[in-house]
Amino acid sequence: MITLQQMLLLSGLLFAIAVAGIFINRKNIILLLMCIELLLLSANFNFVAFSRYFGGIDGQVFVFFVLTVAAAEAAIGLAILVVLFRQRNSINVADISSLKG
Amino acid sequence: MSLNPSLLLAIPLLPLVAAIIAGLFGRSIGRAAAAGVTIAGVAISCLLSILVFKQLIFDHAPVFNEAVYTWLVSDGIRMQIGFLVDPLTVMMMVVVTFVSLCVHVYTIGYMADDPGYQRFFSYISLFTFAMLMLVMSNNFLQLFFGWEAVGLVSYLLIGFWYTRPTAIFANMKAFLVNRVGDFGFLLGIAGVVYFTGSVQYTDAFAAVDRIAAEHFTIFNGHAWNALTVICICLFIGAMGKSAQMPLHVWLPDSMEGPTPISALIHAATMVTAGIFMVARMSPLFEGSDAALGFILFIGATTALLMGFLGIVQNDIKRVVAYSTLSQLGYMTAALGASAYSAGVFHLMAHAFFKALLFLAAGSVIIGMHHDQDIRNMGGLRKYMPITWITSLIGSLALIGTPFFAGFYSKDSIILAVENSKLGWISEYATWAVLLGVFVTAFYSFRMYFLVFHGEERFRNKPFPGEHDHASDDAHAHDDHHDEAHAHDDHHVATKDDHGQAHVHVPHESPAVVWAPLVALAIPSVLIGGLAIGPMLGGHFFDGAVLVNLEKHPAMEMVAEHGAHAMEMGLHAVLTPPFWLALAGVVLAWLFYWKKPMYPGTLAARVKPLQRLLENKYYFDWFNENVIARLSRGLGATFWTVGDKGLIDGLAVNGSALTVGALARLVRRVQTGFLYSYAFWMVIGLALLLGWFLVGAR
Repeated sequence: MITLQQMLLLSGLLFAIAVAGIFINRKNIILLLMCIELLLLSANFNFVAFSRYFGGIDGQVFVFFVLTVAAAEAAIGLAILVVLFRQRNSINVADISSLKG
Repeated sequence: MSLNPSLLLAIPLLPLVAAIIAGLFGRSIGRAAAAGVTIAGVAISCLLSILVFKQLIFDHAPVFNEAVYTWLVSDGIRMQIGFLVDPLTVMMMVVVTFVSLCVHVYTIGYMADDPGYQRFFSYISLFTFAMLMLVMSNNFLQLFFGWEAVGLVSYLLIGFWYTRPTAIFANMKAFLVNRVGDFGFLLGIAGVVYFTGSVQYTDAFAAVDRIAAEHFTIFNGHAWNALTVICICLFIGAMGKSAQMPLHVWLPDSMEGPTPISALIHAATMVTAGIFMVARMSPLFEGSDAALGFILFIGATTALLMGFLGIVQNDIKRVVAYSTLSQLGYMTAALGASAYSAGVFHLMAHAFFKALLFLAAGSVIIGMHHDQDIRNMGGLRKYMPITWITSLIGSLALIGTPFFAGFYSKDSIILAVENSKLGWISEYATWAVLLGVFVTAFYSFRMYFLVFHGEERFRNKPFPGEHDHASDDAHAHDDHHDEAHAHDDHHVATKDDHGQAHVHVPHESPAVVWAPLVALAIPSVLIGGLAIGPMLGGHFFDGAVLVNLEKHPAMEMVAEHGAHAMEMGLHAVLTPPFWLALAGVVLAWLFYWKKPMYPGTLAARVKPLQRLLENKYYFDWFNENVIARLSRGLGATFWTVGDKGLIDGLAVNGSALTVGALARLVRRVQTGFLYSYAFWMVIGLALLLGWFLVGAR
C-alpha cells in the first residue's frame, strides 16, 4: 500500500527537479517549458494524492482542468518560442534579457 | 458754490485719455494728430485747473475732500481714489498743467525730426496725469500711486533714446536710486497705517498727538519716537524724488533724456513732488523737531554743495541740472525751517524760471546744432535774440534779482532759515544758504556769459566728428558721457543739412520753440511780487499747511515781510543776499567775459579742489565702487550659495541624484534572466512558508 507520505514525497521531488531545472538550465528555452510542465504535473500529482487520501474525486476533476489549461499554455508557449527564434536565431536563455534594468 | 467732482475728475483723466490715444494709436493717427490730441487734453486740463483755482480762491468755494471711487476695503482700511483740493493742491495743479502745456507746445519744434514723436507726446501726457493724481490725492495710497507713476514715466523718458548706452545707464540709475527713497517712503506710509488704520490724510493728521506719544524700539535698548521715525522715513522718500544728498546722483544723469523732459520732469514738476509731499504732511512734520532738523541739514547741505558743482560743468544742461539740485536744496531747507509756504512758493517760482531756463537751453542746443558744450558757444546774443532775452530773465529770476520771482521766494527762505530755532543746524544752514546765493549767481552767470557773450568760439570749433581730444579729457570726469557725445556728433554730422561745411552759425529757433519761452518768462518776472502777498503774507495756505508758530516762529517773520512786497524789493539793497548775488555776477563777468584766462589759472592753483568738484565729491565713484560692488557681491553670494547651492544643488538636483542612486541599486535585481526571477520567487516562497510555519507555532 502506497502511503500519502510517499506520494507527497514524490510530488515534492518532482517539484524540486522542475524548479532546479528552471534555474540551473541556462541554455535551452524548450527545457524551460518542459520544466514548467513538470511543475504543473507535480501539483497535479498532489491533487490526485489528496483525492485518494480523502476518498473524493474533486481533486481528480481539478487535474483535468489543469491539464487542459497546461496544454493550451504549452501551445501558446511553443508559438511564442517559434516567433522568438525567428526574431533572434537563438533559443539560448542567457541571450534573452531585454528586461534587464 | 462747491467744486464739481466730475470736473475735478476730468482734470487728470483728459491727459490720460490723450496719452492712451497718442500712445496706442499714434502710428495710425499720425504725428500731427498725436500732438494735437495731447496738447488739447493738457490745454483743457490747464483751463479747468485755472477755473478751479478761480472758484476756490476768488469765489471762496469750500475745500473739496471726498472719495470719488472706492477700490477696496480690507481689514477696515478703505482704499479709495479721492481728491483733496485746497489752495496748496490747486496751486500745484495750475503750475503742473501750465508748465506741461508749454512743454507740449515746445516739443512740436524740439522733437520735429525724431522718429519717436508720438511716443514722446504719449509719455509727457501720461506724466501730466500721474503728477495730477499725486498732487490731488487725499490719501497715502493714491499719493504713492502717483509717486511711482511719475517715477515710471521719468524712467521711460530718461531712456527715451534707448539705443544710447548712456541713456540706459542713466535711467537705470534713476530708477534704482529712487527705489532707495521709495523704500523709506513706503515704510513711512506703513507706519502711519500701523498707528491709524487708515490711509486718509485727515485721519493721519488727527492722530498726530497719539503717534507722537508712541515709541519704536529699532535697535536694542534705544526707543525712537514714532512720529520722528515716520517723518524721517517719509522724508527719505522725498530725498529720492527731490534729489537731496546723498540720493541726488540720478538727477544730473537724467539729462540724457530730451530737453523738454529735463524742463518738465527733472526741473519744474516731478522733482518738486518731494517738497510738495512734505508741505502736504506739514501737520505730521510739525510734531517732530528731530525730523525738521534732519530736513534742514540735508536741504542746506544740498543747496550749497550742489551749487559748487554747477561751476565746473561744461554741458549746458548739466549746469542747469546742478542749479536745480541746489534750488531743491533751498526748498527743502525752507521745509526744515517750518516755512512750508515759503518752500512751496519757491517751488512755484522755480517751476516757471527753471522750466524757462531749460527750454532756453534746449533752444540754444537746437541753434548750436545739438552741441551742448558751453565752451563751444559764445556771442549767441546776436543770433538768438529771443532765447537770449528770455534766458537773461530766467537767470535774473534764479539768482534773486529784486522784484523777480526768485528774489521773493529765495529771500523768504533765507529769512525763514535765519529765524529757525533748531540749534546748531540753523546756524549752519544760515551760512550754507547765504553762501549758496553767491554760488548760484556765479554759476548762472558763468553759463550766461559763456553762452551769450564774449568770443564766438563756435567759429573755432572743429568740425563735428573730429571732436578735439582736449575737450574729451575735460569730460573724462564723467566716463559715461563721452560716448553720448561721440554719438551726438555722429548724429549731427549725418543729419545736419542746413549748416555750412565747417562753421555752424547758430540761428533762432522756430516760433513753437520760442513762444513757450515767452509764456514762461512772464510769470518768471511777475509771479513773485504778485503771489508773495497772499501766499506768505496772507492766508492763502491757511488750512492746507499747518505751522506750530509757538515752537517754530520763523514763518511769522517771513509773513511780516511778505505782506509788503514792494518794500521788500526796495530794501533788498540793504540785505546780504543782494550783495552776495551781485558779487557772484561780477566775478562771473570778470572770469568768463573780461578775462577768460583767469579760471584756468585759478583751477591750476587749487588742483585738489578742482578734482574734487569734477568728480562730484566722488559720490558716483562711491556708489559704483562701494555700494554697487557690495550689493553685486552680496547678490552673487546669494546666487551661488543660496540659489545654485542650496536650491538648485541640494533641493532640486540633490533629490534627483538620491533617487538615481537608489534606482541604480534596485536595478541590479532586474537581471532580465527568467531563471533568476524564478530563483528569487522560490526563495521568497520558501521564506514566506517558513515564516508561516514558525508563526503558526
